[in-house]
Amino acid sequence: MKEHFKIKKGLDIPLEGVAPLKDLPNISSDKYAILPPDFRLLTPRLLVQEGDDILAGEPIIQNKLNENIFITSPISGKVTAIIRGEKRILKQIIITPKFPQEYKIFNIPTTLDRDNIIKLLLESGLWVNIKQRPYGIIANPSDTPKAIYISAFDSSPLAPDPDYLIKGEEKNFQKGIDIIKKLTSGPIYLNISSSRNKSDFYKNIKNVELHYFEGPHPVGNVSVQISRISPINKGDIYWYLYPQDVIFIGRLFQNGKLDLHRKIVLTGSELTDRGYITTLPGISMQALLNNRLKQNNVRVISGNALTGTNAGLDGFLSYYDNQITVIPEGNYYDFFGWVAPKFTKYSPSRMIMNWLIRSKKKKYVLDTNMHGEERPFVLSDQYDKYFPFDIYPVYLLKAILSENIEQMENLGIYEIVEEDFALPEYACVSKINLQEIVRKGIDLMIKETT
Amino acid sequence: MNWLRSFLDKIKPNFEKGGKLYFLHSTFEAFEVFFFVPNKVTEKGSHIRDYVDLKRLMTHVLIALAPIVLFGMFNVGLQHFRLQLGLDVDAWGQVVKEIGFWRIFWYGFLHILPIIVVSYVSGLAVEFASAQIRHHQVNEGFLVTGMLIALIVPPTIPLWMLSVATIFAVIFGKEVFGGTGMNFLNPALLTRAFLFFAYPASMSGDAIWVASKGLDVISGPTPLALAAQNQFVQAPSLLTMSLGFIPGSIGETSKILIILAAIYLIFTGVANLRVMISALVGAAAMGIIFNLWGANEYMQIPFYYHFFIGGFLFGAIFMATDPVTSAQTPTGKIYYGLLIGIFCVLIRVVNPAYPEGAMLAILLMNVFAPLIDHLVVQQNINRRKKRALLSQTIKS
Repeated sequence: MKEHFKIKKGLDIPLEGVAPLKDLPNISSDKYAILPPDFRLLTPRLLVQEGDDILAGEPIIQNKLNENIFITSPISGKVTAIIRGEKRILKQIIITPKFPQEYKIFNIPTTLDRDNIIKLLLESGLWVNIKQRPYGIIANPSDTPKAIYISAFDSSPLAPDPDYLIKGEEKNFQKGIDIIKKLTSGPIYLNISSSRNKSDFYKNIKNVELHYFEGPHPVGNVSVQISRISPINKGDIYWYLYPQDVIFIGRLFQNGKLDLHRKIVLTGSELTDRGYITTLPGISMQALLNNRLKQNNVRVISGNALTGTNAGLDGFLSYYDNQITVIPEGNYYDFFGWVAPKFTKYSPSRMIMNWLIRSKKKKYVLDTNMHGEERPFVLSDQYDKYFPFDIYPVYLLKAILSENIEQMENLGIYEIVEEDFALPEYACVSKINLQEIVRKGIDLMIKETT
Repeated sequence: MNWLRSFLDKIKPNFEKGGKLYFLHSTFEAFEVFFFVPNKVTEKGSHIRDYVDLKRLMTHVLIALAPIVLFGMFNVGLQHFRLQLGLDVDAWGQVVKEIGFWRIFWYGFLHILPIIVVSYVSGLAVEFASAQIRHHQVNEGFLVTGMLIALIVPPTIPLWMLSVATIFAVIFGKEVFGGTGMNFLNPALLTRAFLFFAYPASMSGDAIWVASKGLDVISGPTPLALAAQNQFVQAPSLLTMSLGFIPGSIGETSKILIILAAIYLIFTGVANLRVMISALVGAAAMGIIFNLWGANEYMQIPFYYHFFIGGFLFGAIFMATDPVTSAQTPTGKIYYGLLIGIFCVLIRVVNPAYPEGAMLAILLMNVFAPLIDHLVVQQNINRRKKRALLSQTIKS
């Protein structure tokens, strides 16, 4: 079965700073970090101490809530610092690497049945790469998902080229698919976009159902794809992964090593030198961005400009990310900025005068200024243009704000996650932090229903 | 503009907590953000945000209103001098020739400016005071409301009445519910409704629609009143009515400018097309039904005349589309608009006590908008439940 879906609602923000398809020289950092806040709703129990020597693949953190789930080290070396924040919340575990890399060798089970696969995934720490819907949290190994979704492309601003990321890893990808196929009784939906996934490679993948999605961002979001193929009902559980996660699983089951090397893309208007680089998660931004910044008043984002984390120049690449975006900080006062015509600035609306002279090819530098102050919900239909779901976003948000669990359920909280509200949040006239609201709603749902 | 910035930075500590002028902090903030969009950067969620904020949105509505305001001034002068010369409504060309454009405009300008000033000062005073009491920031909402109020009252409105009504509407129509975004009645229309019911003598009849101070003559009725009195044959020509050289509320007369404003609002994405179109469709449909029925003279007036008389068009474009008080769901907006159109014509034709149906129709639908939305949202919920049920039956 092959199906084409066309999404009309959405927006591709023409952000300046797309990376060319070229490899930058490899970099190694003297500092890598494991960041427990990357793992949504995981309550960490620390398994290492400062000074411990560890191999790549050895456990660092155990989840107190589900003791089968571990976070393992992506790199071999010495634990040199454990940094805690307020209320002793574990923030960073710093590892100084040792080269050449030494890997913990996992025994690949001879019979690859579901239980053995899950056991190895849990032991190796790769389990955290499998997430579930609803809620977008780490999957529960005791569930059986109705299907597994893989969005083979990222439609967010300045996203990496999907074909370039996967190049050279075709075998591992197929191996990974074969492994995860055993985790579900249903199909694996591999969703590609013919305008973005140009390679023929996807068509030859076995064990998947291929579907085609076209349209503007958020077409690459898993929520959009699920909503078109098999909308989530109460009680349904789907799992989803990104292509890089499939590759890691493939590698693990090929050679028994946890090898999290991935291509990441350096993007954004404030970089002098953009491109792709092969590295490990947790690498320090200092090492990556050294000598690459145009100026110092910048925001360094791990991830994309809509949903990424503000890592800062002294921060680290988040575990799940394969993109770094560097844009200017917007900490300036804008004289009569609310009424100035702004011919040279970008807005998808015609409320600034840029539409007069905009050409489709032109890219724009966007900064982090709020461009206004927070106000109550006023415009009732501003989110609809960017929200391709059969959900009334304002009603859902208000249900969350009033902590009305039943109404949240009725209005479709199972079908969305924070990232689906990123574009409405970008366009919001009232400058409301929608993703934060949705995040709180999801937290509340999990707390109240489990 | 660095001197202004450094001046603001210098006096800012006085208005912060513990400062001497802390009780004025909302006022200071309002002026600070008027001059400068703050240097606040994104902290949570999306790192980039669009340039459009509520201030800009409101500014676009004001831009759309500007030609209507200017024309309203001109028309008030025009009607005054027409009466002085004892000419017919259709004879506007002759009035302009005899009096001269600038003299007409100047008269109207002097007449209208106090109305606009009183509307803004009364409303903003309430806004600033309640922002201060609640430690909120002063909201932009009244920027548009203040102008709308001035445009929907008769030019002869006593200023003290206008002030009382505005204060009433802002306090009881908006602030008691929590300010902009929380109200369920359009504050500008509420002002008008307050005037209409509290001071009917100043809001109805034939004498109020032309600024005739100092003249002995009594002004002629508006086309709307003519229709209600079954004397529509005396109405001015369609051209005069669409250009707007007729007596009426200050901003409602020029249909051409209102349509241009509507196009501007839709083009910039400020106002919602669904509400406008469905209101027009609703009014036309009701008008056609009355045409077919034809029981009295009013019913026989061709349905499209309803767009050209009274304040319906102005209401449909500027009042019905108010994003806070209109229906919130896309489907709900269609029903909401249709019902506004239907009720407006119904009230006009059937109820002679209220010659203008637009105000009451919109206020009525403001009240019912949450119900319409509830029904639409409930459908969405039922759809979701049905889907879940269906997938369960397939499974079992």
